[in-house]
Amino acid sequence: MAKDHAGGPEDLENLIAEVLEAYPAKAQKKRAKHLSVAGATSEDADAVTGIASKCDTVKSNIKSVPGVMTIRGCAYAGSKGVVWGPIKDMVHISHGPVGCGHYSWSQRRNYYTGKTGVDSFVTMQFTTDFQEKDIVFGGDKKLEKTIDEINTLFPLANGITIQSECPIGLIGDDIEAVSKKKNKEINKTIVPVRCEGFRGVSQSLGHHIANDAVRDWIFEQPESENTKAFEPGPYDVNIIGDYNIGGDAWASRILLEEIGLNVIGCWSGDATLAEMERAPKAKLNLIHCYRSMNYICRYMEEKYSIGWMEYNFFGPTQIEASLRAIGAKFDETIQANVEKVIAKYRPLVDGILAKYKPRLEGKSVMLYVGGLRPRHVVTAYDDLGMVIAGTGYEFAHNDDYKRTGHYVKEGTLIYDDVTGYELEKFIEKIRPDLVGSGIKEKYPVQKMGIPFRQMHSWDYSGPYHGYDGFAIFARDMDMAINNPVWGLFDAPWDKAPIAAE
Amino acid sequence: MPQSADKVLDHSKLFFEPEYKEMLANKKATFECGHSAETLAQIGDWTASWEYREKNLAREALTINPAKACQPVGAVFAAQGYEGTLPFVHGSQGCVAYYRSHLSRHFKEPSAAVSSSMTEDAAVFGGLTNMVEGLANAYALYKPKMIAVSTTCMAEVIGDDLNSFILKAKEAESVPMDFPVPFAHTPAFVGSHVDGYDNTQKGILSMFWADAERVANDSLNIIPGFDGYAVANNREIKRLLDTMGVDFTFLSDVSEVYDTPSDGHYRMYAGGTKLEDAKAALNAKATLSMQEWCSPKTMEYVATTGQDTAVFNYPMGVSATDSFLMKVSELTGKAIPDSIKLERGRLVDAIADSQAYLHGKTFSIFGDPDFVLGMAKFIMEMGGEPVHCLATNGSKKWAKQMEEVLAASPFGKQGQVWAGKDLWHMRSFLMTEPTDFLIGSSYGKYLERDTGIPLIRLTFPIFDRHHHHRFPTWGYQGGLTVLVKILDAIFVKADARAGDWGKTDISFDLTR
Repeated sequence: MAKDHAGGPEDLENLIAEVLEAYPAKAQKKRAKHLSVAGATSEDADAVTGIASKCDTVKSNIKSVPGVMTIRGCAYAGSKGVVWGPIKDMVHISHGPVGCGHYSWSQRRNYYTGKTGVDSFVTMQFTTDFQEKDIVFGGDKKLEKTIDEINTLFPLANGITIQSECPIGLIGDDIEAVSKKKNKEINKTIVPVRCEGFRGVSQSLGHHIANDAVRDWIFEQPESENTKAFEPGPYDVNIIGDYNIGGDAWASRILLEEIGLNVIGCWSGDATLAEMERAPKAKLNLIHCYRSMNYICRYMEEKYSIGWMEYNFFGPTQIEASLRAIGAKFDETIQANVEKVIAKYRPLVDGILAKYKPRLEGKSVMLYVGGLRPRHVVTAYDDLGMVIAGTGYEFAHNDDYKRTGHYVKEGTLIYDDVTGYELEKFIEKIRPDLVGSGIKEKYPVQKMGIPFRQMHSWDYSGPYHGYDGFAIFARDMDMAINNPVWGLFDAPWDKAPIAAE
Repeated sequence: MPQSADKVLDHSKLFFEPEYKEMLANKKATFECGHSAETLAQIGDWTASWEYREKNLAREALTINPAKACQPVGAVFAAQGYEGTLPFVHGSQGCVAYYRSHLSRHFKEPSAAVSSSMTEDAAVFGGLTNMVEGLANAYALYKPKMIAVSTTCMAEVIGDDLNSFILKAKEAESVPMDFPVPFAHTPAFVGSHVDGYDNTQKGILSMFWADAERVANDSLNIIPGFDGYAVANNREIKRLLDTMGVDFTFLSDVSEVYDTPSDGHYRMYAGGTKLEDAKAALNAKATLSMQEWCSPKTMEYVATTGQDTAVFNYPMGVSATDSFLMKVSELTGKAIPDSIKLERGRLVDAIADSQAYLHGKTFSIFGDPDFVLGMAKFIMEMGGEPVHCLATNGSKKWAKQMEEVLAASPFGKQGQVWAGKDLWHMRSFLMTEPTDFLIGSSYGKYLERDTGIPLIRLTFPIFDRHHHHRFPTWGYQGGLTVLVKILDAIFVKADARAGDWGKTDISFDLTR
């Protein structure tokens, strides 16, 4: 367990005030709106968690304050890194200078099957590597040539996306015109995405722009042969917003197939272009990451009358509730299957809880992740008897904070677009038993003697979705908290004798 | 059911269980609309052909798997090597998240830097407000002793002028007038991370030295360059210089900040070149750059101060360390002590013990220009033969230098120099003209998978192996680290080839 664990401060409001003291007046005023403590609400308790609190008092989805060490990324990260990057049979061009594609190369652990470099391209870095002359004279000609070269060297690539980096929008390139022209020439799907990093305030706008590009450049195009050939069935669903981090989407798919559903597309982990194209033929969209893909679900509902529902495959309580809720959208056969599947996995869940809960019960956790997991994983911790002391999002919107009230109790510290300074101070004062956040936060926190798990990449583990994933989640949390290294931080000769003054 | 509480299977095993294999096969057959196995095999083989290599080399616009990053990450790294210095990158904020992640993934350490978080309005009106607010906030929150400003490509494209912005920020009292805020324009569309390093070093030194008068003394300055092994290499060079009794200053030293202890406290700043030492470094007799291609502009500037200069190319191995030490001795008049000579002898001894396994082995090398030069030289003095020498960020001038190095040794006969090429080019080279081993960064693992040629990780970034950077590769001691890594790869390969019980295990030798 964490070094020197002491209980949290009684008064989190005072802690917030104390932390805000460090800022210059203008920044202090801005940051104050992003920090709060979950309060009481008159709303009914959530049917699954039994929780109701008010978390939507914080300001969110607005510009980061300059110079404060925001943990956020950019629109390019939201589009290339999150939404488009995992589509395996398309080549995704990082269009602009070399850095963006370099730093995001192979870092998001979107697992896939395929022969990389031949029919799959997820862990490769394609870039137009802009030079000064491209900035001065424009990059459209270079982009055209790039597309030709991809077409020559990777004949089995089924499509190409153009992921714009900052300069593209600033120098006035017309990537849409290039896309249309090359689409006619090579007869492959080409998708221009205007996800320049300066757009919006975080990854979030990049998700939205990427969703819109799916709509405009995949859906609103003539139907592909693959889609025409597809025969829809009554149990067809899409998994939306599962990027198959460490195999998450597979651990989810196996359950949906077990209850008798047909997963005709998985967006976008391990996806092919065909899976994206045929999505409108499904009966229902099941959305896991609401923040990054609700836009396209709403569009499909409006345009194709496909219903959508949020589900949560983190931890047995939410998995069971989600399976039943999904079943309720279908007939009795599926509903009966749901009960069978829940019963089938019950011994596994019991085994996991028997093994790990005694080792984790009562341990406190602080989370800081992207736009979904700061709430979605909470019940999985609760299943293990762990308590959430604080949670926050890099790029959530108001509706996310509203939903958070169904997951965390009153008195939980809430922080939006937290700064390096704030997070460090909060952790130092609360001293939780575990922190779940990203790579930039991992090492500072561990040096403070507090166990840590990366909750974007599953810290190179996973999957964490589904029943199979819950076993790994429980193992990993135990491993982090109960490793003996935390007991070695103090040199034994420095331990002061306990004596009265 | 594949999963159990007793034996939890994660991704490394779970997806090879029958339930998942069946599910994935079904997904592929029913939903993916992929290509036939026959087509896959055919195209797969084609990508390994000479015909493909020629098409691949004909690329003019597309870059695939480049072994280079962009300028600002080099700027951040250089700045972090100064005492209490906070790197401040002016432009879009996502970039800074990327640099910090990239550096943390290699060092397994915190990496602090801030952004001025420019967005669409700043793209239209310029980022002055972001600079003014950003400097004030960074100064108040993180209490740095210096803030080193660099730029992302966004700020460069819209033409923000750092000099005037910083002045205006000081006038607006974001930071005190006399607070050091060196800066460097570091456009991502020019050069690579090694140039960002260079520009930032020049920016910092020229700020400290601009108005000072040089009073020459006998000390030396060392500019280590962008180096993933900086933690151990800087310490090793310092140890050697201390042993020689040389008075020296490292200009940018990240060896502390990228190696802080776990004792319950997070140190955002640790060690680094003291600002007063950086100032006083103007008075040095000479400045030595350990990596020529990380410091061309800086060294040009240093030379204008009247100092002597000397440049090296990531000196690894016996001869390169000899040259470095002899240069130090020549400049300072201090003799190389016997204790160092003893270290030299031990490295030579180790190479002699193992030469039979090294002689004639072929190597492909990729990385930054200086690394490839230094690595190739060391390989050749051990009897190995460099074949494909590739630097994505290598210039024509570098290529010429590399060719001269290869031409100077009979072991360089097979050498081919690939400046500006990427790792997809390297794939074609290795497929058509394979070598025994590949030396480079973790990105080489895809080449290892595709070609079967073992990868020896010896340069930044190393993401998938831990703590390599804690051991030096410079100096005679560092030479031992490098030697052992190469030998381990050789012996592992020999054992693997002879590892099949009852079939191929004739040469499964106990003693070698």
